[in-house]
Amino acid sequence: MYWNNLSDFLAMGSHGPYVWGCFVVMAAAMILEPALLRRSRKRLLERLRRQYRAEALDGKAARESSGECP
Amino acid sequence: MSHRPFHWYRYASPQAFYPLAGRMIPWFWALAAIFGVAGLSVGFLIAPGDAQQGEGYRIIFLHVPASWMSMFLYLVMAFWAGLGLAFRFRLSSMMASALAPTGAMFAFLSLWTGALWGKPMWGAWWVWDARLTSELILLFLYLGFIALQAAIDDPRRADQAGAILALVGVVNIPIIYFSVKWWNTLHQGSSLNLARSSMATTMLYGMLLCALACWMYAIAISLMRARRIMLEREKDTLWVRKELGF
Repeated sequence: MYWNNLSDFLAMGSHGPYVWGCFVVMAAAMILEPALLRRSRKRLLERLRRQYRAEALDGKAARESSGECP
Repeated sequence: MSHRPFHWYRYASPQAFYPLAGRMIPWFWALAAIFGVAGLSVGFLIAPGDAQQGEGYRIIFLHVPASWMSMFLYLVMAFWAGLGLAFRFRLSSMMASALAPTGAMFAFLSLWTGALWGKPMWGAWWVWDARLTSELILLFLYLGFIALQAAIDDPRRADQAGAILALVGVVNIPIIYFSVKWWNTLHQGSSLNLARSSMATTMLYGMLLCALACWMYAIAISLMRARRIMLEREKDTLWVRKELGF
């Protein structure tokens, strides 16, 4: 371990704001990107399921109105 | 003993690649986490301070991997886009589209971390230096690729237009890489080359581990995005319906 105590580590020899400014933004980007992607995938799956259910219902209704057997 | 040959081209179809990618993603996340923790521990806790730059040099463990990934992902993106353009492989074009946002993110992070490193070392957040300017152009190329694809409704045409832009933009990669040699720039020269390294061993290992973490992250996130693109583009096919239980 290079550091003697936590305050030295956080201060980064007076470069703290620059070093941690890089770290926080990069960490946030690399956490947000997969989180947003997971949310958008979930929404897509919901949309597709709704679409497939609607198509299945339409197909059933069309068959019933034309007197076909299901 | 029977021997079944491995048909790699079987995975060139989205239908076959989708479940394979799904199985690979957790492994790449795990590797990204392991390399990330190891690299940050070495870089931020173990590596000594720099004789010239003090502790501010530790930005290197974030800046260099982000910059490498921004350039490398562009080459991979252009490769897949080019394959899609030449051979009409659906999966190649989907992979190119999946890589672009992550490449743009790394290009932004490279510029951001570079600005925060430049201020204490050079006294300026930004200079119109060859290295910095060509990296900014890389970010614009990524954004241009994403915007162009989004502006064209027909996915096949969007792929073709995007591929041409991506391939033309490849010319910028050697410009970024060699800018510190070709021009007198404020940006320091390469910290690493095949013959020798100007860095202490611990610093070098820390940087390489962080770069590996970013690499694994990029693979995991691109596969995730590619799977999403596959579902969206192939939503009218039977395999997507089956995948969703219909």
